[in-house]
Amino acid sequence: MSKTFKIEVDCANCANLVEDAAKKVSGVKELSISFMTQKMKVTFEDDADQEAVMTEVLKVAKKVEPDFEIL
Amino acid sequence: MLTRIIIALVMTVGLLFIDITGWLRLASYLVVYLIIGYDILKKAWLGIIHGRVFDENFLMAVATVGAFALAIYEKSGDYLEAIAVMLFYQIGEFFQSYAVGKSRRNIATLMDIRPDYANIEQDGKIVKVDPDDVEVGQTIVIQPGERVPIDGVVVSGESSLNTSALTGESLPREVSTGDEVISGSINMSGVLKVRTTKEFGDSTVSKILELVEDSASRKSKSENFIAKFARVYTPAVCYGALALALLPPLFLIIFNGAPVSFATFETWVYRALVFLVISCPCALVVSIPLSFFAGIGGASREGVLVKGANILETLSKVKTVVFDKTGTLTKGVFEVNAYHGDHDEDIADRKAQLLEYAAIVESSSSHPIARSLQQAYGHTIDRNRMSDVKEISGKGITAVIDGKTVAAGNEKLMLDLGLTPCHCKTAGTIVHLAIDGKYAGHIVLGDVVKPTSAQAIADLHRSGVTQTVMLTGDTRSVADQTATGLGIDKVYSELLPADKVSQLEKILAESKGDSKVAFVGDGINDAPVLSRADLGIAMGAMGSDAAIEAADVVLMDDDPLKIGKAIRISRKCLKIVWENIIMALGIKGICLILGIFGIVNMWLAIFADVGVMILAVLNAIRAMYVRKI
Repeated sequence: MSKTFKIEVDCANCANLVEDAAKKVSGVKELSISFMTQKMKVTFEDDADQEAVMTEVLKVAKKVEPDFEIL
Repeated sequence: MLTRIIIALVMTVGLLFIDITGWLRLASYLVVYLIIGYDILKKAWLGIIHGRVFDENFLMAVATVGAFALAIYEKSGDYLEAIAVMLFYQIGEFFQSYAVGKSRRNIATLMDIRPDYANIEQDGKIVKVDPDDVEVGQTIVIQPGERVPIDGVVVSGESSLNTSALTGESLPREVSTGDEVISGSINMSGVLKVRTTKEFGDSTVSKILELVEDSASRKSKSENFIAKFARVYTPAVCYGALALALLPPLFLIIFNGAPVSFATFETWVYRALVFLVISCPCALVVSIPLSFFAGIGGASREGVLVKGANILETLSKVKTVVFDKTGTLTKGVFEVNAYHGDHDEDIADRKAQLLEYAAIVESSSSHPIARSLQQAYGHTIDRNRMSDVKEISGKGITAVIDGKTVAAGNEKLMLDLGLTPCHCKTAGTIVHLAIDGKYAGHIVLGDVVKPTSAQAIADLHRSGVTQTVMLTGDTRSVADQTATGLGIDKVYSELLPADKVSQLEKILAESKGDSKVAFVGDGINDAPVLSRADLGIAMGAMGSDAAIEAADVVLMDDDPLKIGKAIRISRKCLKIVWENIIMALGIKGICLILGIFGIVNMWLAIFADVGVMILAVLNAIRAMYVRKI
């Protein structure tokens, strides 16, 4: 199960760092951030609670880059 | 942000003309500094708290706070440098987000072919609805100037369609009742009523959008390399700066007996701060994905869809191009090439009867050859003239037409009828005819080579492809004839679909080192080969989902010339990426070394950072302009 989210991130390096950190969130099978299209594609583990995972992803992302937003 | 930059700039200039000293001077400069740099300081601080120390905010914060501290210590009152560094850094960041944002939007608009609505007729009125809500089989109305929202078949109306957003082909396509229309193209002249054949989500336009949007998330090796590089690089630079601030003065103190005071450290601390400013990795980190994005965007405008930055990278290394014959180099449509009599002589001048009987006999069959014969005949067929139709599997068909017994089929059928067919020497598919028990002649059909195929092969050789190969299930004579005509280096003929995979594997095994093998197919029955190759190119893919799924590069129209173009686009993009890597690292490297020896001051340092970034971004945008290559 994978979903694409519109995001806002304003520097390319931050996007890389957020991607790295958010990949490690449990319940995330795969995650990739495209700075260019301002999109985040998340593939969830089969049994994951998607909402909970996304809250955690946002929390982790904010820690790395305070300006990171999921739209 | 822009307001903050302007306020800070005005205040700085103002402060230069006001002669204030002491604490008041420090305080007023500090205010300007905070206006321009508070967010950087905050981010650096948050970074430290979260245990992520080394990022560019940290670099800038340390450099500017350090410069302030030095000025206070030296009592020089020269706070300008710290503010200038922060100001230029922010201007650079602002420009970067503006330039990157703008080109990102430009490229995105370029690729945005999403239809916003579909028109349906309700109680005699036209209503706009979300394309998602239209069901398969419903009739939609497309006005001139509107985009076709969903794939379908024209029920009424005539118009020309502009497919340039899909294929890069500027020639409009004429459509009328019964023709298929493809979503994403623009209706130019007349009103069309179209019966949808797919849901919006399965329509061509949705497939393309999905592909293009996903493409940016598949990262190239160079992107991953730079991401990894930045992760090591920033901490390394910080430690380097620390070492630069401490080691040389300590060395002087211990071995040269210099006094243990801050004065000894002063120069080196300044140099370390310069070092920090120069070393910001932004230019690389931004420009590389931007180059790929621009390259992918430019390619898609030319009707070449590339599924990701990594694919663009592979594409640039293609040295061997393997073609499937049917549907790629040839049109995949049979056409009548010749009419021969019983001594293999050309009887094109008395072909009429032969063709008429062949077309009528075959009219009950749906085989592509039968259809080609009917097309060549060109008249409507009165099937009432025909009776007693017998299809002899694997051999042909016999029937009675206008009272005459007609048999059409291969050599075996003729032998069965006790006739000696003429063994034709022309390469192609042969249909023999016998009328009333007498051999009447044969028709030679062949697959038609696309008009641009030969040019495309020559073009590939010119673009640095060292080997072209053709795989085909066709007979050897047909294959050799086609290949020689096109200038293809190697041919493997009479292959079953499974043989194509194993033949490709042999070619893959032969290719050495970094050179890649691309396979070009029409995506209809060669999906396994497409996915086995280093790079699968599907062509003529408009409307074919299977091809879009299986291939790495999708050519929207079926012009083989686009293959060479795609390779050149990728080469240009990769060249720009490397230019940027070398330029950024080169300039920074030189400045870093000069910085260590104190030749570069803070002003030049900020140029090395911001200036290089701007140059790299501008260079990256060049990757989008690929129309003429």
